[in-house]
Amino acid sequence: MPVTPRYNDFVVKFANVNGSGSASANGLFANGVMRMGVPVAARNIFPSNIQGLPTWYEVRITEEGHLGRRGGVDLMVAMNPQTWDKDVAEIESGGFLFYDSTKPMPASAFREDIGVIGVPLTAMCNAAYQVPRERQLFKNIIYVGALCALLGMEPEVFETLFAEQFKGRQRLIDANLAALQMGVDYVREHLEPLPLQVRRADRVGDRIYVEGNEAAALGAVYGGATVCAWYPITPSTSLAEAFTKYCQQLRTDPETGKARYAIVQAEDEIASIGMVVGAGWNGARAFTCTSGPGISLMTEFVGLSYFAEIPAVIFDVQRGGPSTGMPTRTQQADLLAAAYSSHGDTKHPLLFPADPGECFTMGALAFDLADRLQTTVFVMLDLDIGMNEWLVEPFQWDEERQLDRGKVMTYEYLESGRDFGRYLDVDGDGIPYRTYPGAHPTRGAYFTRGTSRNPYARYSEEGAVYVDNMQRLLRKFETAKSLIPAPILKKAKGKSKDGVIYFGSSSAAMDEALAALAAQGLQLDGLRVRGFPFADAVYDFIAAHERVFVVEQNRDAQLKTLIVTEGGVDPARLTSVLHYDGTPITARFIAGEIAMLTATGQVEAAE
Amino acid sequence: MTYILKPQLHHPKLPTNSLGYTRRDYEGSVSTLCAGCGHDSISAAIIQAVYELEILPHRIAKLSGIGCSSKTPDYFLGASHGFNTVHGRMPSVLTGANLANRELIYLGVSGDGDSASIGFGQFAHAIRRGVNMTYIVENNGVYGLTKGQFSATSDKGSKSKRGVVNHDSAIDLVSIALQLGATFVARSFSGDKAQLVPLIKAALSHKGAAFIDTISPCVQFNNHAGSTKSYDFVREHNEAVNRLDVIVGREAIDVDYAPGETIEVAQHDASILRLHKLADSYDPTDRVGAIAYLQSAQARGEIVTGLLYVDPEAEDLHDGLGTVETPLNALSDSELVPGVEALARINAVLR
Repeated sequence: MPVTPRYNDFVVKFANVNGSGSASANGLFANGVMRMGVPVAARNIFPSNIQGLPTWYEVRITEEGHLGRRGGVDLMVAMNPQTWDKDVAEIESGGFLFYDSTKPMPASAFREDIGVIGVPLTAMCNAAYQVPRERQLFKNIIYVGALCALLGMEPEVFETLFAEQFKGRQRLIDANLAALQMGVDYVREHLEPLPLQVRRADRVGDRIYVEGNEAAALGAVYGGATVCAWYPITPSTSLAEAFTKYCQQLRTDPETGKARYAIVQAEDEIASIGMVVGAGWNGARAFTCTSGPGISLMTEFVGLSYFAEIPAVIFDVQRGGPSTGMPTRTQQADLLAAAYSSHGDTKHPLLFPADPGECFTMGALAFDLADRLQTTVFVMLDLDIGMNEWLVEPFQWDEERQLDRGKVMTYEYLESGRDFGRYLDVDGDGIPYRTYPGAHPTRGAYFTRGTSRNPYARYSEEGAVYVDNMQRLLRKFETAKSLIPAPILKKAKGKSKDGVIYFGSSSAAMDEALAALAAQGLQLDGLRVRGFPFADAVYDFIAAHERVFVVEQNRDAQLKTLIVTEGGVDPARLTSVLHYDGTPITARFIAGEIAMLTATGQVEAAE
Repeated sequence: MTYILKPQLHHPKLPTNSLGYTRRDYEGSVSTLCAGCGHDSISAAIIQAVYELEILPHRIAKLSGIGCSSKTPDYFLGASHGFNTVHGRMPSVLTGANLANRELIYLGVSGDGDSASIGFGQFAHAIRRGVNMTYIVENNGVYGLTKGQFSATSDKGSKSKRGVVNHDSAIDLVSIALQLGATFVARSFSGDKAQLVPLIKAALSHKGAAFIDTISPCVQFNNHAGSTKSYDFVREHNEAVNRLDVIVGREAIDVDYAPGETIEVAQHDASILRLHKLADSYDPTDRVGAIAYLQSAQARGEIVTGLLYVDPEAEDLHDGLGTVETPLNALSDSELVPGVEALARINAVLR
């Protein structure tokens, strides 16, 4: 057992059974660490199941503030006999196993190179509680108490958390405190503290701890969305639920108690996007939230939105595909399905939030972009960002900011006699003016359709008219480049010939990997892409580096495909680093892959 | 193929409604459907109904799916915004449009392929939600644009033009609409303008989901012997349960029908539906009775037409959702964006 303690830098993983009440106890543990001023990065790894299957919760304790996954486990809290062997095997050499020692285990169940801490949780519960449900729930709290003592945490932080959680319900507070204390006392009497220690720090600051789905929903409220039509699908459901919660809280008319929003749980994803398109056509800001299978179903409407030029916002919380795939695992594998969604020649703007903070800002921005560009805008979350709580800077909003409704020809414009052609490119940016239905008694009405038509919205199948319109749509997409958030360049300390392009939920692990690689003497410039279509800066970055890696969480290198296709880049110029087993990418994986690829010379430097 | 605009010239003495609009002001482009198509008669009935109701054309939004019927919104109400959506999905688009602006009048036009096959689910759900709309199915029992395939409303045993006999059971959209909770259900016949125009007027005045199944023979593919949606068949088997007058609130109500023969129903917008009863036992405010009556008539091979059911006290989707009176698309930034202080409070909760 190592003697020098490691402070505030290790990974604890809880292996539990789904539905055993462990989620709240594990969350309590993570919050306890943060209340000691130490940042955490926590991730749920859960099955597509309500009760009985294995579930894990990984808490990275990181004073340095690395919010991606590191990889590896230093302390395994093994509470699930089903997954025991796999869980024990996953512990780093020199790490620790915490288990329920009520029943004796054979020596073969353990490993020689790890420390083993047994606490007879079941026996303690059976002695203290009579009701089966209490035995189960308080067992979770007892292990939190034991960890508190083993890791040198302050029990007072849990007292505060119980008080906040149960708000004056003293009986519950006392019962939880008693269970916690049982764990603390057992460790103090029978065991030594571990060399993994949580030490009070001041590194959390005023940051907030929030899920991306909740942040995106709040972004939709601030972005002025009034219509939400959705169909339940993991991992996007909590976005619609959070939108409902925030609307009730923030959008109820104070005088009448009436709703300044309309939320409909539709019969399927097709109806969801249909309602969004109908509302967008009629001048309300509308969105749906879904995941891969929903995107597949929505494609016909996305094409209509593209061709008839109707604003819509889709939050795609990506999960493991294809087909039903891995519904409760994460991937970035819908990029191509979203970018080129629907039949015929189509392409659509995408936004790539890297964390819940950007889910909020991009969630609001998406509605301005959809109205400005009169098309569907996708916000590409994934399960890792959407359903895990992340520590991010507080949400901010500029009080002066106004919603950009785009080019809308009002009654006054129409009355003044301005020429109105629904698909007429007046300003040369490819974006025409639109009217809301009912705008004017005699002017501005038009017949919206998915069929080809001339600039005045009149049906036409003439080749020249069709081509002219399709070219205008390309000009509009060109305009979109300037409106999508610009990529963010992260320069290496010195001048570097190597670059890496990444996006979305890989970003936190990427930042850490870049630092690790730099420490090994491998300096890389990083470019975080924040949306599609790509700014010229993306292609300039590729041109400026001899070797360029593209890191993404899918099998087929979808971001690379988009970059190559849209910018005419030689595919050999880009080397993929791909992680797609459904777990969030880790810093160790990225650093290891890039180090390996460069060391083995698998990456040829460009001429 | 391209569009044909109608000339705007009209006879100077063409009558106007109280808004100063002539019937011509409610027309659209020239129809590109086949000569004699029942759908054109329905378009004419819609124009007449809106003219008579004295609605400003731009206060109506007309939506449709895909198919012959769904092309028709181009041929009426040219000063109204229209939306020809995707096949079978008009109901969801109309629902979204209605959510965005509750002040407009929504007219959905669909066909039997559009509503009974590909869009059966959306038809059902828009109705069960009580979307405030008039939903007209122009029902010819056949796919016209793809040249004559059976649709799901084709009667079992009916014969296609090519001589194929339909072996599947028919979907009766009227019975379905009644079961789904539609608050206004009617059936009519494109060839019976005297019945159809008042029904459309009543439906447009109705708050809630109003459904009109309009049998509309397809002169090309479903007007032959052996078809149960032909002009001859429908005329021979039509059993009208009532005749309707719609008296809008501003008109004086005259009484020249003997009691017992008429029923008056006041709708939420103060319009009065005056029903001249033709079938003695028929009560159009009894949903269960309506379903039973329809089933027994159907068993006799009769096609019941008229106003089959109405709930004058109906609520709509906005009532269910409790939305504000102001259309959602007209809310100001300050009514939509909660602001900095609210965000600070949320941040505090998330720490």
